[in-house]
Amino acid sequence: MSKVLMKGNEAIAEAAVRAGCLNYFAYPITPQTEVAEYLAKRLPEVGGVFLQGESEVAVSYMIFGASACGERVLTTSSSPGVSLMSEGISYITAAECPAVFVNIMRGGPGLGGILPSQADYFQSTKGGGHGDYRLLCMAPASVQEAVEMVMQAFGLAEKYRNPVMILGDGLIGQMMEPVEFPEKFKAKPSNKDDWATNGMDTRKSNKRNLVKTLYLNPEELNAHNLKLKAKYDRMEREETRFESYNMEGDYTALIVSYGTMSRVCRTAIDILKADGLEVGMLRPQSLFPFPVKAIYEAAAKQSCEVVFSIEMSMGQMMEDVERSVCGLRPVHWYGKCGGEVPTPEEVMDVVRSIVK
Amino acid sequence: MGKTFQRPEALADTTTHYCPGCTHGVAHRLVAEVIDELGIRGRTVGIAPVGCAVLMYNYFTFDFQEAAHGRAPAMATGIKRVRPDLVVFTYQGDGDLASIGLSEIVHAANRGEKFTTIFINNAVYGMTGGQMAPTTMPEQRTTTSPFGRKTDYTGMPIKVAELLAALTTPGYITRQTLISPKYINRSKKAIKKAFQYQLENRCFSLVELISTCPTNWGMTPIDALKWAEDKMLPYFKLGDYKLPEEN
Repeated sequence: MSKVLMKGNEAIAEAAVRAGCLNYFAYPITPQTEVAEYLAKRLPEVGGVFLQGESEVAVSYMIFGASACGERVLTTSSSPGVSLMSEGISYITAAECPAVFVNIMRGGPGLGGILPSQADYFQSTKGGGHGDYRLLCMAPASVQEAVEMVMQAFGLAEKYRNPVMILGDGLIGQMMEPVEFPEKFKAKPSNKDDWATNGMDTRKSNKRNLVKTLYLNPEELNAHNLKLKAKYDRMEREETRFESYNMEGDYTALIVSYGTMSRVCRTAIDILKADGLEVGMLRPQSLFPFPVKAIYEAAAKQSCEVVFSIEMSMGQMMEDVERSVCGLRPVHWYGKCGGEVPTPEEVMDVVRSIVK
Repeated sequence: MGKTFQRPEALADTTTHYCPGCTHGVAHRLVAEVIDELGIRGRTVGIAPVGCAVLMYNYFTFDFQEAAHGRAPAMATGIKRVRPDLVVFTYQGDGDLASIGLSEIVHAANRGEKFTTIFINNAVYGMTGGQMAPTTMPEQRTTTSPFGRKTDYTGMPIKVAELLAALTTPGYITRQTLISPKYINRSKKAIKKAFQYQLENRCFSLVELISTCPTNWGMTPIDALKWAEDKMLPYFKLGDYKLPEEN
């Protein structure tokens, strides 16, 4: 299939349709509103459902209801909106329903700003809502990767019966790049007879299905949480994804960076290399599960003296980088979180200020 | 000769956790009878609220979802939009629907979502132990209005049926009560009508049921029925507030 030039938000929207998701509920918020605008036109063409909810809180429960009756469903939002959805996300996760969320991050806290940011790292990977839950969290670094992650997200959400969060910064949503929609990523239908509340007439057994999150008996609740934990452990084994850059030979420093920020680091690494300084980069594609082992091994390389966590947030990812490196090497943070993306020159200066 | 009175198929053969004299049991039975009579058990999805009825799915024999506090109308919207062939109802109390979930019910009604809401108004938060609700009567004592509800401080009770009837979108909005057999028969007719409008894909439907909470009102079940009649019915007037034919 030939490539087309598309804006990130529109490509994300089209990717969902191509993946077989025909149901979308959302509330407008900058910088992701183009997803809703695109799907408001596109979904009626394919017999799908587009509905603008009255708030992100309500939208998260529209997603819950639709997902709990077994239908493939998507919502998209940006940081403050995802805060409001976090209540629903906790319930959907507890009820073990599949759904796909996309967060095109803007600066925070509070209203923050509308420019790109990666400040929802904690919200996406450590909770945001209440209780012991995890989201499978994927972070694209290009529009093409956003398309592929969105398309794969539906299958993964159904595999684990757990929401998947696609975490892109505002630049991923707003920039235009050539994309294609690989047919191979289209999610296959999965059997939901065991759990979906889609009416008893639709299944062969006479059993009624119940989607709930209340466990008043402490032993039952603990068992439920252990069952959820087993899923998150399985995600760590099977879904950890990362990409290495300039790590084949020896490198003096290792950068850990994701999303748009990692593309800037790539340029900085190329320039530093021409100047004779070798810097490797490990780019997490999955933020939960975080590539703990890969980062440890990369930091443990004999030539590696120092590790950098370079992010458009105030050291949120650095906590995960530090726990990966286990004190083996010093870990330094650099980042900006006002809406400006750090330049390659800034990254180079940071590296040079530490690596002499 | 066959049995003339038996447990509806939609109702589970079990005991409930409800207090003696509570009208939830009556409301449950009416919903179950209507579902049986309409023959829709196999394609019905109920949505349980947060409140005393959170465990109601234990008393019914068809698919159920359990909502977060106040969010049942948003969940029902999600289901009906993606599966319009299913029959969906929410069952919500006054704290759930008229306080934390007021936005969800107003917008669902205004969009004309094709589901049915059974709204139990007993003027008090039941499960958390008798706190003041948006529908608590003036001077009514609750654990959070220990000297009686002062309306200059907390406002007047919200009239949900009137509030929703003010919307221009067509709907079926009615207020009934469960305080005596005569009214219970009328309530059942209203519930059946509400489900029928849904089956015809006509409109959003809401049946408000003035109910009692003897435990949290600190009354015997008989006194509670009398109190509801004397104090609540003059303020929460019974009747149809909106019919889809009128729009």
